[in-house]
Amino acid sequence: MTKSQALEVRDKKELETKGEKTMPARYFVPPTDIFETEDALTVVMEVPGVEKKDLDVHVENDVLRIEGRIDTSKYDGLSPLYSEYNIGHFSRSFVLSSKIDGGRINALVEDGVLTLKLPKIEEARPRRIPIS
Amino acid sequence: MSLFYSTPFNALIEFQRALDAFRDSSWLEQSFSGSGAFPPLNVFSKGDDIVLVAEVPGVRKADLKIEVKDNTVRIAGSKDVAYGERVSVHRRERPAGKFDRTVALPVEVNADRVKAECRDGILALYLPRAESAKPRSISIS
Repeated sequence: MTKSQALEVRDKKELETKGEKTMPARYFVPPTDIFETEDALTVVMEVPGVEKKDLDVHVENDVLRIEGRIDTSKYDGLSPLYSEYNIGHFSRSFVLSSKIDGGRINALVEDGVLTLKLPKIEEARPRRIPIS
Repeated sequence: MSLFYSTPFNALIEFQRALDAFRDSSWLEQSFSGSGAFPPLNVFSKGDDIVLVAEVPGVRKADLKIEVKDNTVRIAGSKDVAYGERVSVHRRERPAGKFDRTVALPVEVNADRVKAECRDGILALYLPRAESAKPRSISIS
């Protein structure tokens, strides 16, 4: 990627699925990069303002679900004067292929970015077949 | 305007409504802002002081540059998104690149006492109002 490129600004995307959350507050869909290497699938998600303890990562029936809650108490005593974006919890899920080893998922949060390493199970890895 | 929440459960939704109400309010209208793309900004007041907040996930502290003079604040930085070698990319949604924005606040700021904090991808700038810009109560003789 070229370094001189200007940051492309997009509006935060709101979660649109209805009837899923019991709380009326708005949720946002975190921008996500997903890439695959030979032995793992990596999911990188932007969840600004979410602390480690407020992040939930679930894998159930091949569905990867990520929920991140922001701490609204940090905004106590602040009155808005001008706003360009809204805040809210984050939620997103992906259907995984069954090739993922759910027991060995590795998660890391740094500077508001969650990185998930989803290792592929042994037999799903590409193999070079020797020709005899 | 100050916000008081009746219960913690509706605190967030009340706050979301309040932020919506101040969407592109005229507060920064007079200022020249711009020169390049920038993650969106929220501006709050806290007592006499001004708090500027932006979401900058994935931006390292070392890559942020903040300058304050009188009533102008400049925030610049860059963000890299790397994938590594030999990968096949399935989704690419995270923005990357350089940003630089200057905003002129309608109040004068004490540049010596500005505090900047960057944690969990949130940049917060605490800008104390300059003494000369504080309201004074006038006693009637």
